[in-house]
Amino acid sequence: MSTLTTPPAAPGAGVSLLSRSLPRWAPAATLAGSAAVVAAVLVAVGAFGLAQWTVLSVLLFAVTITAASASVEGGRRAKDRLVTTLVYVCFGLAMIPLVSVLWTTVQNGVLRLDPYFLQTSMRNVLARDDAGGAYHAIMGTLIVTGWATVISVPVGLMTAIYLVEYGRGRLAQAITFFVDVMTGIPSIVAGLFIAALWLQLFGAGNFMGFAGSCALSVLMIPVVVRSSEEMLKLVPNELREASYALGVPKWRTIVKVVLPTSIAGVTTGVMIAIARIIGETAPLLVTAGFTDSINFNAFDSRMITLPVYVYRQISQGGQIPFERAWAAALTLIVIVMALNLLARLVSRIFAPRTGR
Amino acid sequence: MKLSKYGKFAGVALAGALALSACGGDPEPAGGGSASPAALPEGVECAPGTLNAGGATSQELAMNAWRSAYQSACPDATVNYDPTGSGAGRTNFADGAIALAGSDAVMDAEEQAAADERCGGQAVHLPLYISPIAVIFNLEGVDELNLSPEVIAGIFNQEITNWNDEAIAADNPDAELPDLEITPVNRSDESGTTENFVAYLSAVAPDAWPHEVSGDWPSELSSQSGQGSAGVVTTVQGGNGTIGYVDASQVAANDLSSARVGVGEEFVEFSPEAAAAIVDSSPAAEGVAEGDLAIELDYTTEEAGVYPIVLISYEIICTSYENAEEGALVQSFVSYLASEDGQQVAATEAGSAPISETTRENVMAVLEGLGA
Amino acid sequence: MTTTQPPQTEQPAKPPPGRRTRRRPGDLVFENSARLSGVLILVILAAVAVFLLVQALPALSENQGNFLTDTEWAPSGDAPSFGVAALVFGTLLAAVLALVIATPVAVGIALFISHYAPRRLASLLGYVVDLLAAIPSVVYGLWGITWLMPQIGPFFEGLNRYLGFIPIFAGPVASPPRTILTASIVLAVMILPIVTAVAREVFLKTPTMHEEAALALGATRWEMIRMAVLPFGRSGVISAAMLGLGRALGETMAVAMVLSPGLLIDFFLLQAGHHQTIAALIALQFPEASTLQVSALIAAGLVLFAITLVVNMAARYIVSRRKEFTE
Repeated sequence: MSTLTTPPAAPGAGVSLLSRSLPRWAPAATLAGSAAVVAAVLVAVGAFGLAQWTVLSVLLFAVTITAASASVEGGRRAKDRLVTTLVYVCFGLAMIPLVSVLWTTVQNGVLRLDPYFLQTSMRNVLARDDAGGAYHAIMGTLIVTGWATVISVPVGLMTAIYLVEYGRGRLAQAITFFVDVMTGIPSIVAGLFIAALWLQLFGAGNFMGFAGSCALSVLMIPVVVRSSEEMLKLVPNELREASYALGVPKWRTIVKVVLPTSIAGVTTGVMIAIARIIGETAPLLVTAGFTDSINFNAFDSRMITLPVYVYRQISQGGQIPFERAWAAALTLIVIVMALNLLARLVSRIFAPRTGR
Repeated sequence: MKLSKYGKFAGVALAGALALSACGGDPEPAGGGSASPAALPEGVECAPGTLNAGGATSQELAMNAWRSAYQSACPDATVNYDPTGSGAGRTNFADGAIALAGSDAVMDAEEQAAADERCGGQAVHLPLYISPIAVIFNLEGVDELNLSPEVIAGIFNQEITNWNDEAIAADNPDAELPDLEITPVNRSDESGTTENFVAYLSAVAPDAWPHEVSGDWPSELSSQSGQGSAGVVTTVQGGNGTIGYVDASQVAANDLSSARVGVGEEFVEFSPEAAAAIVDSSPAAEGVAEGDLAIELDYTTEEAGVYPIVLISYEIICTSYENAEEGALVQSFVSYLASEDGQQVAATEAGSAPISETTRENVMAVLEGLGA
Repeated sequence: MTTTQPPQTEQPAKPPPGRRTRRRPGDLVFENSARLSGVLILVILAAVAVFLLVQALPALSENQGNFLTDTEWAPSGDAPSFGVAALVFGTLLAAVLALVIATPVAVGIALFISHYAPRRLASLLGYVVDLLAAIPSVVYGLWGITWLMPQIGPFFEGLNRYLGFIPIFAGPVASPPRTILTASIVLAVMILPIVTAVAREVFLKTPTMHEEAALALGATRWEMIRMAVLPFGRSGVISAAMLGLGRALGETMAVAMVLSPGLLIDFFLLQAGHHQTIAALIALQFPEASTLQVSALIAAGLVLFAITLVVNMAARYIVSRRKEFTE
């Protein structure tokens, strides 16, 4: 019978495990091809430029690979290839400004970044003297940020724990909402607030590093809460339930199970929070003031941090202050880098081994 | 695993950083290039203690030079100056937070009352920092420019919008002015420089400059602007056909072209002497008490050799201090500022105009009462 | 999405309801100190709000103009008159533009790092992005002036030449390009690392099982991301964007350094002297401000505060509505 002689066509050939696909080298080859073609055309037209070349090559590549994939692999794979290209392009595009920020800083920063710069303060150095360094600002940054972290992390983390583990009802809702509001406090307003508070508490003119730390804490706490909250929420409930089932008290469950599980995320969150505040300028100007001299005591007299130092140097204008500013910015980045590595190390030590 | 590798890096980096910074300290006494005398001029004695001062940003460069020189000469003294701005300086002074305020403007009646109360006597203005304000421009192919007051006002009021405008050409017969749009650049922050510049414009060209005098640029003019002197300089340098006004100290430091300004029949280039001249030819400000040296600048002067656009920044001090040590320190420090050496240091570092002998005598007369 | 989302991520399991009403002292102390921290935050915030109000009142009571609808800002002199309309507009315009530029790119980078890049490269990149979050805004401002402006000037000219018929790109193009668009780009670059860092962290937390299930069903990588990763990370991405928006709204130094301010309400993105943000205004005017001006600036700060509140409420509302639809 005729039905037997013509076997039914496999429904949707693409589903087959052995469906046709582009070879692994296809994307690379296409990219090289597009680049070559575009280069040839541009040179022929006489309009060769790095920017045009890059943009057109990528465009041609996207079109070619999508078309090729659509004809060989089908629409779904084509879409996947297109999105992959898009993500790569997106990434490459975003890296241009980011890398250029970093590059500009490094390039200009190394001009003055030497042991002398790191070990010297600006006491009795004139703006355009070929001397002076950022030692006082480095110490100030570490001290002010350190105190801000000491204040913010316990408060922020405990609040996040409250919200995730205990919080029910109106209070928790209110806190969640107002933490959001708090993330939006303009930094200058936080500074003004602490400055006014200090005026009330200690009288006029009492600049001190700790006041700066308090102002920074106002900015830092909500960031710590938000990021820790997100991370705590992601801890699977099964872990908590397993712990409860073993009769472990809730607080020990949180300390021994929930926190260690999320420690990597929480540490990242804290690092983001530190990163957010370590570069603040405006609130410190009105609370910690600034100085050219070294001061190790956060509770007495003025203290300068690196961003404020950068700002001060820039506002003085001229070649040497600019070089100092860039060098200080680079120093700040190096400090943050070191802190970051330290944080990763810490989270590495405390985090339980997982499959990931 | 990867991270332990990072860990090593972190360890090395931290150890390195600590090793570097553990032994940090103050720099050697400034020996390089700056004019910092080892001793104070004759008649000025060191006084021990800490003097907290603050206020106008315009004085900052000069103040740093003064502080540096004074502190090197007097190791027992520390002088702090917060360039928080004139307004904050006056407020802090009235609150008693600082013993000396730098201010680009004379205190109004209310502020004067508050300051007098803080002093338990009288607070006075001493004009110790006089800085010419230069009109700078960036115009390809043009290095020299004569601008009459009306033209300056017209340009900044955006009535004169092209460099080949007849009004500009009339003052510059030799220059080849291009057909290019003029981009006026002002300060975006509130500043004494703006206030003095605008006051000048409205005094000399009231028809071409109808705006109110304030430290804030008139907001009805949509214009290019920069934050602080440094911001104006970068903005002017960043475009072609730009023109702006900055403290004269920026001109040499950034290799800028500045315009000659019309006074009477001639065009005057800014110079310390020409700027100082206007202070002497100006009357005392209205309504100030005896002994106060606040003045009212006479912008409309037509005297030869006077550069009319200047910024005067005052030191505000008490005529007597409750704390005798503080009083002695203020007297000693301010005497140094007023001295020839002090004024010269500021001129070298900040491009300011040294005060005249007359002004110095007046200042010294005020200070005399302080030590007692 | 009911199947892909763990049913209770938002509401962690309660410990077995205490039949024994006696609670462990450790628990009690811990819970109360946690609650105290939360309350402390409310107290701080209330203090900030009260402080702002008290400080703003003198100016508001002296104001001759309408604080909410006037565009002019002249809080000094005998008849102080100031309004925040233009400032609010400028602030929102800059922040929204920055967010529109930054969020898709940030999600792209986060996806790249979490699901596309090779592991080794990914951890390095994640690290670089974290670093960038720490660069002080002053440096971004400086970068905007020294690097970005010379590069972006010709680009703006091009935009104006070819797309000038669209009103927002109308000329004359400012030279140097100290315009709201430049400020937004600087802001976008500035918030990019923060948004990326949070989004990446959330994407990485997508349950592996969901991803593998999707792949096992024959999904392509994009389909897997669309079905498993994005829905899971949506609330995280929105809160990341809010973090970024918060920073963009309140950014002072970078904006003050790259923008030529003005007080107009229009959409001419390529013209200088048209817009100004509240935070930058505070930074620019605060130092030389008299008492009344300070008070007026703090009133503006209060408005900024209120804007954040409204924006956050809106975001919360969107997140909760989304949840209703998807769960």
